[in-house]
Amino acid sequence: MNPSFSVVFLTTMSGAGYGMLAWLGILNALGMLPRTGTFGLPAVAVALALTVAGLLASTFHLGRPERAWRAISQWRTSWLSREGVMALATFLPATGFAVAWAALGGGATATVVLGLLAAACGLLTVASQAMIYASLKPVRQWHNAAVLPNFLLLAAFSGVACIAAMAMFWQPGAARIAAALGVLGGVAALAAKLSYWRRIDRSQPVATIESATGLGFLGAVRSLELPHTEENYLLREMGFAVGRKHARRLRRIAVTVGFAAPIVLLAVGLLGAGALLLPLAAAAALTGIYVERWLFFAEATHTVTLYYGRPS
Amino acid sequence: MTAIPQPGAKRLGLVIDLDTCVGCHACAVNCKEWNTSGHAAPLTDFQPYAAQQDGVWLNRVHTYEAGTSDGGNGVTSRTVHFPRSCLHCAEPACVTVCPTGASYKRAEDGIVLVNADICIGCKLCSWACPYGAREFDADQGVMRKCTLCIDRIYNETIPEKERVPACVKTCPAQARHFGDLGDPESAVSILVAERGGFDLMPEMGYRPTNKYLPPRQRKPAAAPPAEAPPTPDGGNKLLRWIDRALSR
Amino acid sequence: MGGAVSGRTTGFSNPVERIDPSTPVGDTVTATTCYMCACRCGIRVHVKDGRLRYIEGNPDHPVNRGVLCGKGSAGIMQHYSPARLSKPLLRSGPRGSGDFKEIEWEEALGIAAGWLRNIRATDPKKLAFFTGRDQSQSFTGWWAKQFGTPNFAAHGGFCSVNMAAAGLYSVGGSFWEFGDPDWDRAKYFVMFGVAEDHDSNPIKTGLAKLKARGAKFVSVNPVQTGYSAIADEFLGIRPGTDGLFVLALVHELLRTDRIDLDFLVRYTNAAWLVTEAPGTAAHGLFVRDAQGRPLAWDRERGEAIDAATPGMAPQVAGEVHLPDGRTARPVFHLLAERYLDGAYAPDSVADRCGIPAGTIRRIAREMAAVAFDDPIVLDQPWTDASGRRHETMLGRPVAMHAMRGISAHSNGFHTCRAIHLLQMLLGAVDTPGSWRYKSPFPRPIPPGALPVGKGAQPNTPMPGMALGFPRGPEDLLIEDDGSAVRIDKAFTWDAPLALHGLMQTVIANAHAGDPYKIDTLFMYMANMAWNSAMNPGDAARMLTDKDPATGEYVIPHVIYADAFSSEMVAHADLVFPDTTYLERWDCISLLDRPIGSPEGPADSIRQPVLPPDRDVRPFQDVLLDLGARLGLPGFVAEDGKPAYRDYADYIVNHQRGPGIGPLAGFRGADGTAAGVGAPNPDQLQRYIENGAFWAHHHPPEALYYKHANAAYLAEAKALGLIGSTAQIVLQLYSEPLQKFRLAAEGHGPVQPPDTHRDRVRRAFDPLPIWYPPLEQGSGPQAAYPLFAITQRPMAMYHSWHSQNAWLRQIYGANRLYMHRGTARALGIADDDWVWAISRTGRVKCQVKLMEGVNPDTVWTWNAIGKRSGAWALSPDAPESTKGFLLNHVITEFLPERGGVRHANADPVTGQAAWYDLRVRIEKAEAPGETLPRPATLPRPSGQPPAPGILRFGAPAADPAPTQAAE
Ligand SMILES: Nc1nc2c(c(=O)[nH]1)N[C@H]1C(S)=C(S)[C@@H](COP(=O)(O)OP(=O)(O)OC[C@H]3O[C@@H](n4cnc5c(=O)[nH]c(N)nc54)[C@H](O)[C@@H]3O)O[C@H]1N2
Ligand SMILES: Nc1nc2c(c(=O)[nH]1)N[C@H]1C(S)=C(S)[C@@H](COP(=O)(O)OP(=O)(O)OC[C@H]3O[C@@H](n4cnc5c(=O)[nH]c(N)nc54)[C@H](O)[C@@H]3O)O[C@H]1N2
Ligand code: SF4
Ligand code: SF4
Ligand code: SF4
Ligand code: SF4
Ligand code: SF4
Ligand SMILES: [Mo]
Repeated sequence: MNPSFSVVFLTTMSGAGYGMLAWLGILNALGMLPRTGTFGLPAVAVALALTVAGLLASTFHLGRPERAWRAISQWRTSWLSREGVMALATFLPATGFAVAWAALGGGATATVVLGLLAAACGLLTVASQAMIYASLKPVRQWHNAAVLPNFLLLAAFSGVACIAAMAMFWQPGAARIAAALGVLGGVAALAAKLSYWRRIDRSQPVATIESATGLGFLGAVRSLELPHTEENYLLREMGFAVGRKHARRLRRIAVTVGFAAPIVLLAVGLLGAGALLLPLAAAAALTGIYVERWLFFAEATHTVTLYYGRPS
Repeated sequence: MTAIPQPGAKRLGLVIDLDTCVGCHACAVNCKEWNTSGHAAPLTDFQPYAAQQDGVWLNRVHTYEAGTSDGGNGVTSRTVHFPRSCLHCAEPACVTVCPTGASYKRAEDGIVLVNADICIGCKLCSWACPYGAREFDADQGVMRKCTLCIDRIYNETIPEKERVPACVKTCPAQARHFGDLGDPESAVSILVAERGGFDLMPEMGYRPTNKYLPPRQRKPAAAPPAEAPPTPDGGNKLLRWIDRALSR
Repeated sequence: MGGAVSGRTTGFSNPVERIDPSTPVGDTVTATTCYMCACRCGIRVHVKDGRLRYIEGNPDHPVNRGVLCGKGSAGIMQHYSPARLSKPLLRSGPRGSGDFKEIEWEEALGIAAGWLRNIRATDPKKLAFFTGRDQSQSFTGWWAKQFGTPNFAAHGGFCSVNMAAAGLYSVGGSFWEFGDPDWDRAKYFVMFGVAEDHDSNPIKTGLAKLKARGAKFVSVNPVQTGYSAIADEFLGIRPGTDGLFVLALVHELLRTDRIDLDFLVRYTNAAWLVTEAPGTAAHGLFVRDAQGRPLAWDRERGEAIDAATPGMAPQVAGEVHLPDGRTARPVFHLLAERYLDGAYAPDSVADRCGIPAGTIRRIAREMAAVAFDDPIVLDQPWTDASGRRHETMLGRPVAMHAMRGISAHSNGFHTCRAIHLLQMLLGAVDTPGSWRYKSPFPRPIPPGALPVGKGAQPNTPMPGMALGFPRGPEDLLIEDDGSAVRIDKAFTWDAPLALHGLMQTVIANAHAGDPYKIDTLFMYMANMAWNSAMNPGDAARMLTDKDPATGEYVIPHVIYADAFSSEMVAHADLVFPDTTYLERWDCISLLDRPIGSPEGPADSIRQPVLPPDRDVRPFQDVLLDLGARLGLPGFVAEDGKPAYRDYADYIVNHQRGPGIGPLAGFRGADGTAAGVGAPNPDQLQRYIENGAFWAHHHPPEALYYKHANAAYLAEAKALGLIGSTAQIVLQLYSEPLQKFRLAAEGHGPVQPPDTHRDRVRRAFDPLPIWYPPLEQGSGPQAAYPLFAITQRPMAMYHSWHSQNAWLRQIYGANRLYMHRGTARALGIADDDWVWAISRTGRVKCQVKLMEGVNPDTVWTWNAIGKRSGAWALSPDAPESTKGFLLNHVITEFLPERGGVRHANADPVTGQAAWYDLRVRIEKAEAPGETLPRPATLPRPSGQPPAPGILRFGAPAADPAPTQAAE
């Protein structure tokens, strides 16, 4: 699948944003974050800014961005619509959360309730986003049980890394808790990612050129002539393929930059120099996850390519 | 509405006979011609007179080889031409994934359409279609797909006999049939039953309405009739005709 | 949005789409005839808001019955092509540079008339007028005749003359577009070397009918694509060896005595006696009586009598002794003797043709089983030409069709004759279920007209039409000094039966001044500088060569009429821009290549659907104008004014003979006459009302055995299709061929030069023969081990459609296809770039591996490769960077031998031997681009830049900008 910038950026940024929001709600409820509104307001704002950046970028992916509002109408069936609905819905408790935090402080019941609500909404948004991909049967790298936990864990990891980076400048203690969670989250996310990769590397294609054409009864099927001699939308969009070697290298980069480095930086940051290391960890996590997300698309294959004689 | 309507009795669709399709592309071009000024107007073409020419087509014709040749002169592989368009599935995820409701399946006849007036061009439906039946028009910013020529088949200004999809009417090899596959008594359903029509990628579970008829097994050699006695070797090979009584 | 569906936006909730069932397709619909290829299908053109909306097949039309192929469906893009020429062009740079200035019509016509007037007044043969895919040859030919030049022909010489000649000299009709398998009744169908043919849609529809009925379809072809892909049996023959295969079938049928002797003695010359007098001028000629009637031996009477005598008891084998002491044998005897020889046995030929002997024997058995054990008997009384009434019609339901896979080889004439021989032995010529004549065939064998061309005089028309049918050496067009009358050397010892002329030699001969120099080369609708040249590089060089002594072009003037900026346009001095096919009148005439079917004669018209939006004129109007300016007889009325207002006026009012005009339908003052009748001023209107065609149906009793069917012959004569009601006796043995052979053996007043004797003697065998394609005999074969051929892609017509925005997406570049095993042995992988190297050159191309191809054969799609800059394509279009022409490695000549360089052509007909090509394949160094790649041509002045995006059909109100193709 074509790793278009807007979608890769969207899922990376909004994942971090919603992850951050979720953690803000939860950690605040647990009293593990600075109670002061001078932290809460900007923190929630940053989380929302990340999601908004992602959502704005995603409209570049649309052929008719001016009609983007229509995307929320089909929440009963469409995960994309649900994502839209949830993304919008999240703004209500999230804004309330930010306002309450600023006005009443983190400990106020209203803040806690709104925070937990925002956390739930944020996680549901991420889950919806994951389900957009996980529900697509023609793409075996997406249509599997690992995608949902992957999205959630990666959002959680990148979100908490961002919180750690931010909290450092308000309350190093809180930042340490976040960093510790980040280490745990990072390990979990990495484990999830590695198992995802192992899974897709082992998974068998869902269909074959023989079943796609129904001609298997004649023997092995090969493409002789394509409908047209130049590339078309289907091939550019669904036929994007990344070389095996290149993918391996990118996976290593993603693991190193997106997981190993932040985990180490977070761990070391726990001990000291957090003001430098924790933001670095967050930046590394976002960069590495961007690469991971690029691979999530680039390594995904679609059954339509079978018709073009390419593997799926 | 994005939700799939309760399955109606009527399921209009195509039956494509891979045994007679000669791969002439008539269906594909006539489809383009009809639809570029029709329901799906326009079907944009990019770089039409330059390198990387490309355009929106609702029907594309592939050619496959199946089986293997023995490498000698007796070719045993088969060449099969294969037109590919929307199959108007009974379980069309292309519809359910659509966030706007632009993609919908009609309750009355099962046709899957895109309402270009509300499509936002998110392309998700094209990802959800296993068959590559949806094409994005980057210029118009909307998704296109086979309309089953909805603006022909119900058009009362067209003579009744010709109220069939453009690709069906035009196919010189009569390899395309149109009808109600929900009705087991329809000509198309009977054809499918008789010829062993099949679904593409049944494992995907989309339950396509359109069916493909398999290339027939090659005719076994006609039962060799008893061989007439060969001409006796030597002697006059023409002898047997010399006394043949004939009349002009 | 076509109007039939409208969207209603209902705020936030989803707009409901309403299907409006009452919006017509367009504002107007016009019936006319497609010209996206030469198949002549009937179309209905819908126009909306003054623009083309939709072109569909006309369901009432006899050719296509409502279907339309991919090309026809892309007519809109042809009509709005940016490659259209828009004004007359006069060369302003060196020839071939493509630099032109636009001029007015008056100036263009004045220049042409000036050159032509001078030629006509001095030496009319210095005009060579050749047309390509022309569908008005009876008109263009008549213009040439009235001008007075012998140098006229269309493209048949490089196309299908082998098929035409073999058919017309054997059965009085031919494959190609002049005959049809009986699609509704055939039970066994064998197709030789056909990828598409001129019957583009009818063949597809016919194959579907065969399949629906469960008939068996066998395709003999080196490549398993297209029609061959759906065949019940595919025989991957080695190119050029069909003659071996077919004659082995003949051998088998004779060996097992599975032949229709009744058919042979009634309808062929099987019983005709052939004189046995070796060494004399009578040897091999038919024994005839004083009236010249051929004789056969009557067993009962014990004497040789008129072979046409009804009820006689002919002897078909054995030597007979005539009263005058001569001995003779029946034709059948000669042929049985020849083909029973072991040399023709399946086991002897299997290796060479690549079809196992067992398969050949089985095919022969299958054919015989269908023909003789499963015949068709129609309950249809009829009367034969001898006046005998038959209660039923007996059919041998084995049908055949063949085209350029046979025709484009230098042994194609004989191979095609071999197929006709096979049909005759099976009794499968124009019987129910077999191959059938399409009206206006059958014709006498050979047809009556002789080639005309000797004695051209200034300002004098030729006495007849240029092309005809020689009966023997005396009919050749050779001057007393032995030189050729015609510039293309048709009807000389190089190509005695060059019935369609030899367009492929014109440029080379004119350049060489052999047989003479010409002044003006005038061409129409033929891309002779590119895909119809056997070597485009040479053609371009010869067209642009200057005489070093004078500094003038060796071919002084080139006039060309095209509708688009083709490669040939760049090589002309003066260009007449034609209209598109939707902007003009045309007539598909019975005098030419009509749309007749086995059911009866038919013809059709084209009418303008839209007015031209450029300063272009129909070429036929231009010819009428030139004819009038030159004062050609028939083109000017008595008052000196033009005789015809325009081509439409000519179509209605021209009479070729009394009551015979371009259109056969709705003749006579009241429009009720068919075939022959006075001009009808309302004729075109009547055609329009009838869907742009006219078709006459013979009565059921006249539908088969047309060569010997009294009802048919009488009606055909009344319609003006034939001159006599005499039975047309099919010719197993061809006496005209024997006459040429006798000349080669030293008999008669007209004899070939010594350089040609042996070649003529061998090639003019009166019975079908096989010999290896001449190219193979021309040098060491090991160096060029592979056959190289082309096929027509179904969705592309020659060079016409690379400018077509839709069709060029389908075929934007071509590959060289080869067998996977062959490639492996050469270390070549899929997608590799290779050199295809022939005796004369090399071309760089990209391979595609496949399995359904004869392992000794490589092939590619024809005419996809384009010269950079031509056809309004961008210079880097894949047609010129990846697309290639195999023509670059073909040549018009065989290597010199004994002082002569024979044409790379069939020695009988001069048919260009495109498919004799042999190559070797070598892996090319760096991948990338095709070679050779001639310099980019500039865009002709006045041609607008091609749009970068096409939104054809976009609703006017659409927010996106609608610039598009208009
Ligand atoms: N390698 C190889 N070469 C071949 C063949 C092959 O099989 N293999 N086949 C050969 C055969 S059989 C043939 S017939 C030739 C065909 O070759 P050509 O006779 O050269 O035919 P085309 O390429 O179709 O184009 C002729 C010209 O007609 C012009 N044209 C199209 N429409 C119109 C119109 O309405 N008016 C006018 N005035 N001009 C128009 C086109 O622009 C083009 O320039 O190619 C031959 N060349
Ligand atoms: N779509 C389309 N239709 C056309 C044309 C076009 O350009 N495009 N051109 C028109 C013209 S001008 C012509 S002349 C006709 C020609 O129509 P066809 O006769 O169909 O011509 P080709 O495509 O040259 O096909 C010849 C076939 O013969 C096979 N062949 C080659 N050598 C041999 C051999 O030795 N033996 C056998 N058995 N087969 C062999 C080739 O593989 C190919 O399949 O088509 C006409 N119709
Ligand atoms: S028009 Fe008919 S024969 Fe031609 S490609 Fe389409 S389905 Fe096949
Ligand atoms: S073929 Fe594809 S586009 Fe058509 S209904 Fe099925 S899933 Fe949807
Ligand atoms: S591209 Fe259009 S039709 Fe497809 S899912 Fe998106 S909004 Fe729906
Ligand atoms: S039914 Fe209509 S829209 Fe669909 S492929 Fe056929 S012609 Fe195209
Ligand atoms: S075969 Fe196709 S291009 Fe040729 S006349 Fe018929 S519809 Fe037109
Ligand atoms: Mo041709």
